[in-house]
Amino acid sequence: MVAERAVVVGAGLAGLRGAEALRRAGFTGSLTLVGAEAHRPYDRPPLSKHVLTGAVAADATTLPSFLPLEAEWRLGTAVTGLDRRNGRVRLADGSSLAFDRLLIATGTRARAWPNPHEGRLAGVHSIRSREDATALRTALAAGPRRVLVIGGGFIGCEMASACRTLGIPVTLVEPSTAPLARVLGTHMGDVIGALHTARGVEMRCGTEVEWLEDDGRGRVVRAHLSGGDRIEADLVVVALGAVRNTEWLAGSGLSADAGGLDCDADGYALDTEGRVDARVAAAGDVARFPHPLYDGRRVALEHWSHAVAQAEHAGRLLADRKACSHYAAVPTFWSTQHGINIKSVGLTEGADGLVIAQGSPKEGRFLAVYGREGRCIAALSVDCARWLPAYAAQVAARAPFPPIHGAIDQPEHRPVLPPGFS
Amino acid sequence: MADATLLDQVKDRKNRADPYPLFARLRETPVSRQHDGTYVAATHAAVASLLYDPRISSETLPPSKRPLTGNPFTDWVVKPIRQHITDTHRPFIFRDPPDHDVLRGAVMHQFTRERVQAMRKRSDRLVADLLNEKCGAREIDIVDDLAYPLPVTVICELFGVPREDEPKFHGWATQLATALEPDSLDDDAVRAKNSRCFDEISAYMAGLIRDKRRHPGDDMLSGLANESAPGIGRMGDYDLVATSILMLVAGHETTVNLITNSMLTLMRHPEALERLRAEPGWAPRVLEEVQRFDPPVQFRTRKALADLAIEGTTIPEGAPVVLLFAAAGRDPQAYADPDRFDPDRHDNRHFGFGGSLHYCVGAPLARFETEAALAALAGRLQNPRLAEDPPYRPGAALRGPQHLRLAIDGIA
Ligand SMILES: Cc1cc2nc3c(=O)[nH]c(=O)nc-3n(C[C@H](O)[C@H](O)[C@H](O)COP(=O)(O)OP(=O)(O)OC[C@H]3O[C@@H](n4cnc5c(N)ncnc54)[C@H](O)[C@@H]3O)c2cc1C
Ligand code: HEM
Repeated sequence: MVAERAVVVGAGLAGLRGAEALRRAGFTGSLTLVGAEAHRPYDRPPLSKHVLTGAVAADATTLPSFLPLEAEWRLGTAVTGLDRRNGRVRLADGSSLAFDRLLIATGTRARAWPNPHEGRLAGVHSIRSREDATALRTALAAGPRRVLVIGGGFIGCEMASACRTLGIPVTLVEPSTAPLARVLGTHMGDVIGALHTARGVEMRCGTEVEWLEDDGRGRVVRAHLSGGDRIEADLVVVALGAVRNTEWLAGSGLSADAGGLDCDADGYALDTEGRVDARVAAAGDVARFPHPLYDGRRVALEHWSHAVAQAEHAGRLLADRKACSHYAAVPTFWSTQHGINIKSVGLTEGADGLVIAQGSPKEGRFLAVYGREGRCIAALSVDCARWLPAYAAQVAARAPFPPIHGAIDQPEHRPVLPPGFS
Repeated sequence: MADATLLDQVKDRKNRADPYPLFARLRETPVSRQHDGTYVAATHAAVASLLYDPRISSETLPPSKRPLTGNPFTDWVVKPIRQHITDTHRPFIFRDPPDHDVLRGAVMHQFTRERVQAMRKRSDRLVADLLNEKCGAREIDIVDDLAYPLPVTVICELFGVPREDEPKFHGWATQLATALEPDSLDDDAVRAKNSRCFDEISAYMAGLIRDKRRHPGDDMLSGLANESAPGIGRMGDYDLVATSILMLVAGHETTVNLITNSMLTLMRHPEALERLRAEPGWAPRVLEEVQRFDPPVQFRTRKALADLAIEGTTIPEGAPVVLLFAAAGRDPQAYADPDRFDPDRHDNRHFGFGGSLHYCVGAPLARFETEAALAALAGRLQNPRLAEDPPYRPGAALRGPQHLRLAIDGIA
């Protein structure tokens, strides 16, 4: 029998952990990791937190490796195409690699500012890579007069928090009525928004940035909002979410678009006819898969721990080449803003109820649970993560909502609130 | 129905020297109901899961009727505490958040690195002095001669208790340790004695606090009495009295027992004692393994705030729940070869200092006191021999030998 060849496309968190899982599961063939970036896999969460404040250097976030991979690394080279018929991937340098097993872990990139000219102005940044973070760190250290953050998602909120830590004036513009509204609903979004306001972030919700004006010499000076207001800012951070890196799959016959590469419940890639290609699996931000906890709804998660768990699953899958149990890890996420620890488990999407189960938002420490049709579907902790595993168990068990009655530090009245999803 | 009496057998004095076979039987049912409606969690997984379950409360004491003794102005007006104000003199080991977190936060704020470092140096010195006193002796009682005096002195110095008052603390510490035994509430005589003792030490501490307010020193009590922790504020008098008594009680007999249990275990594993003599830097591993193998705090009792399904049982709301730390430490599901004493093991996730929000605040102190004691004992006792199987103190929850007499050829 010919030696088996495994190729991992995308040398990020999921690529690395997936490769390790392949080896751990006993795969002894050749292993190649191809990465568009010139770096060994590194960790992104610090990039929008400690790196911006200068507490950690951007190049100090290389991920630890947990076992000798005995792999070939092709770094600084993007994969440009997938030829499934011949079992090969094409690389940007014109070469190609044959595979018997392929792990797709190309992740996402920051969604660009829609006007390319404005997006290229000096002083306009986004944040996904180590280089992005370094550039932003330099710009922040130079002491901008005011930073404008466009977008109130997690990364935008962390960005605003870093500015306040550095004592830099910052305005955050978010089109919906509250930051984090898309993921947490407006009720919790308002609570988090208030934490930001209390720490000096100027919150401009319910409005949009229409265009960015430059000084005539290619440097941004202000932003114009949809209501006609202007914000003077010499540093603009575009935090509009992420786009999945799937363009290179065009013509491969796999079912992929900007929302991700479709997989079956095991993690095998699906073709446009919905058939499984058992040589190809996907993991991390790029994968879209039916989540058994959410009635098989197809989801693509941009969460660190999910990237690890799904990559470990996919690595085993490719090593054993048989259907494993479905991937069903409960999604978890964390964020740090103004030194406040925010964590969540489960998916809030479709929630029709919200309950403060412990603590109180007024005191800045609480645990909220989201429900849908009488079941617990997600929980959010703000500076009170200790209890989250107990709620994760409730989410995993699809326990009845409202949840856990009788808990320490529980508010006397626990009305079911509208979570505020539009 | 055999299960029904297992916890009683654990509490039975005749099983004090070796409760571990009982723990093995308790582990057969990870969470078992006892005949009196108490539930016992005995496996590592069950204990871990309950420690992190918000339906488990530490507010197990009945509402207190003791009169308040502090300064009402500071307690009601400058109070950092938001709820349960009438229960304020209850120590935070018996409280849930948010009060627990506020009080504990104030204490942690005072556990500065400098203070801990300074006490570390002091414990080395104190251990050396205590052993020097026994220089020509042919017998040593690890309890009376070393383990007992060491932690009281450390806590007294940390709190800035005048040296001449230290002997009082020795007496109080002994009496109050019984208050932590679950059954102490049932015995009227014990209760009366404890209550008197609480009165005495409360009055003493209230006075000392007043003193520290007038003449602040750089000790921890002065810090607690005069400084506010960020976002927390300053502790009121009742809470401060309760907190300082807690630190004394929680930190005394536990440390005595960790030192003594460690020494007893080492005497029964001569190769380990030999190695420690040659390699004093091994002491931290020894004590962590003793925390798994024979921990001073064998169990703690909590209360279920709601019906709680776990491991095929439902603990009903209101039921007492015993977290059997010592049984979890010997759980074969959690540890390879659990009954083997092996300080080099890498899978040690013991509950010797508890876990979750009530995790021992004194752990750094306890660690270096014990390290200092063990390194010195292994290094200086010449040819130590176990004179007898040691007698145990009555406590089942805080369990340890009453004396540990060793025959020796001398002290180096
Ligand atoms: C600033 C920031 C902060 C974050 N903070 C948190 C947090 O606090 N908590 C949390 O849970 N998650 C956080 N995340 C999300 C988390 O980092 C991601 O979920 C995780 O990185 C996903 O890993 P991945 O391997 O799927 O994708 P990536 O880490 O994006 O790795 C994909 C890799 O593939 C490469 N690639 C792309 N296309 C190609 C191609 N055609 N050929 C070759 N290589 C290619 C990319 O260059 C990249 O190196 C954060 C993300 C960012 C950007
Ligand atoms: C070897 C010695 C020690 C051991 C084995 C020990 C063990 C423990 C354990 C198991 C708990 C958890 C109790 C629970 O969960 O209900 C605890 C809590 C505590 N310990 Fe220790 N301890 C030791 C020494 C000390 C010392 C030296 C101090 C004080 C200086 C101290 C102060 C406390 C306090 C205040 C708590 C309560 C913490 C809270 O409720 O948040 N302990 N200890």
